[in-house]
Amino acid sequence: MTSDQARPASPGIALEGIRKTFGDVVAVDGVDLEIPDGELFAMLGPSGSGKTTVLRMIAGFEQPTAGTVRLGGVDATALPPFKRDVNTVFQDYALFPHMTVQQNVEYGLRVRGVGRAERTKRAGEALEMVRLSGFGARRPVQLSGGQRQRVALARALVVRPRVLLLDEPLGALDLKLREQMQVELKAIQREVGITFVFVTHDQDEALTLCDRLAVFNQGRIEQVGDAADVYERPASRFVAEFVGTSNILEGRVAQALLDREGVHAVRPEKITVLGPDAAVPPQARRVSGTIAEVVYAGATTRVLVDAAGTTLAAVLLNAEADALPDLTRGAPVVLAWHESAVHALAS
Amino acid sequence: MAWLVIAYLGSMAVLLLSAFWSTNTFTGAVVPVYTSGNLLEVVGSGLYWQVTLRTVLVALGVTLIDAVVAVPMALFMAKVARPAARLALVVAVTTPLWASYLVKAYAWRVLLSPSGPLSFVLGGATPGYGITATVLTLAYLWLPYMVIPVFAGFDRVSDSLFEASADLGASGFTTLRRVVLPLVFPAVAAGSIFTFSLSLGDYIAVTIVGGKTQMLGNIIYGELVTANDQPLAAALSLIPLVAIVLYLVAMRRTGALENV
Repeated sequence: MTSDQARPASPGIALEGIRKTFGDVVAVDGVDLEIPDGELFAMLGPSGSGKTTVLRMIAGFEQPTAGTVRLGGVDATALPPFKRDVNTVFQDYALFPHMTVQQNVEYGLRVRGVGRAERTKRAGEALEMVRLSGFGARRPVQLSGGQRQRVALARALVVRPRVLLLDEPLGALDLKLREQMQVELKAIQREVGITFVFVTHDQDEALTLCDRLAVFNQGRIEQVGDAADVYERPASRFVAEFVGTSNILEGRVAQALLDREGVHAVRPEKITVLGPDAAVPPQARRVSGTIAEVVYAGATTRVLVDAAGTTLAAVLLNAEADALPDLTRGAPVVLAWHESAVHALAS
Repeated sequence: MAWLVIAYLGSMAVLLLSAFWSTNTFTGAVVPVYTSGNLLEVVGSGLYWQVTLRTVLVALGVTLIDAVVAVPMALFMAKVARPAARLALVVAVTTPLWASYLVKAYAWRVLLSPSGPLSFVLGGATPGYGITATVLTLAYLWLPYMVIPVFAGFDRVSDSLFEASADLGASGFTTLRRVVLPLVFPAVAAGSIFTFSLSLGDYIAVTIVGGKTQMLGNIIYGELVTANDQPLAAALSLIPLVAIVLYLVAMRRTGALENV
């Protein structure tokens, strides 16, 4: 047994005190993050929040102004991209237009001096994994967006990196394809078993796809946790509003509705809408109001209710339409929620 | 459009036709009487073959020098220089196009003269006036026609392709060789069509800095103006025409002219 194995496993990626400035602009303002091996990790945030810059510093395309990037426990801060055991799937896929699909996939092996037979075999396997066997002779321009993305995936995975980085991997695809690729990405990640880190501004995508996620805002991480953690117990007002939507109750409104000081968040789907005379379950808080707006969205209906001097949003399942009260604008309703639905935010 | 076709193709047709006409031996006037003599003289003369070979080699030399200078220059402009420096370089490359051709050719004459600045700096070891001076001057004159398309070619290569190549394990040199140069080759080919054909047709620079060097251009000029033999000049001018067509065909076969 070597000393290497005796030591506790070092995390696949460890960022310590990462800062990055471009001239006067602070893009990343002190990020600490550990991502263990084999995790499917999402970096979620609005554009300009620094998530892509962090991804590019892990890949080696940008050097941090301060801080350390460790890959597998080794300080990689100063290593160029081609010396890192990390590969990237670019937002625009960055396929080489003058090469065939097969040549694109073989590229990483070719520049590392892998022999022709081995190259052909491994590229064939990689294309099979992304279900593109038989497309080897085509050029990137002859492929659809989804196929190009899968070629980019095969090209990055064929060199067997320790970590795969994906920059807005599904951003350029239409909705149906995006849902299909989410399932596929998850399956591929399970199959190869390496760390996937992807950047996205789409909270649905982050929540569905990842094991854990970090929420970025203005160059900092607001919260790290698994999907349920971040959604159910947002660490800040920003997270509560960016990941899903929340009714934020503060000041006078919080006093009136909750008898409490501070800032509180209630998810719209945790609020029940009842008729004015319906019985309210015990232990539930209640408030009377009138319907201000009704937005039908297929599976759900979103209702805005004026109550206690504010407007609260509630989301109802249309599958339970029979149990719903009169939802015309101006109709009187009662909103009710359990105490457990209220989440206090640090102010 | 129609006027352009008439003016352009029409003059080419007259040129082609007049190559088969004769001249009045006393007055030198062109008479529309068919003769194959001009063409036979051009094809049969060792002198013309020699001049053709020299002219083609000069044009290829100019093209090669321009390509070798323009590729790193355009790469720097498109991918390395900051926006302000990049603009300054584009201006610097294109400004000479505003200056008169003659002024620039004479500037090179002064530069290359036996008592000129180049001779002073190099301690008298200058190429002097001749074929080398011609190639240098033409390479200078046509450089912008190579730099601009190659610059545009590099500009079209997305930064993410450089990054993807580095990401997959390629060094800077390998990236240049396997990804970037194949992608800008069509732009170099487009630029080379300018430098090659402009050099092939030149007859002024060679008379200014070429010493006694004869190129196709000044031989044609001589036949037309000095010897007043327009049909022979027309027959001679078919040579650069054929050379350029052959060059275009060669470029086409490399695949460089697809998707331009």
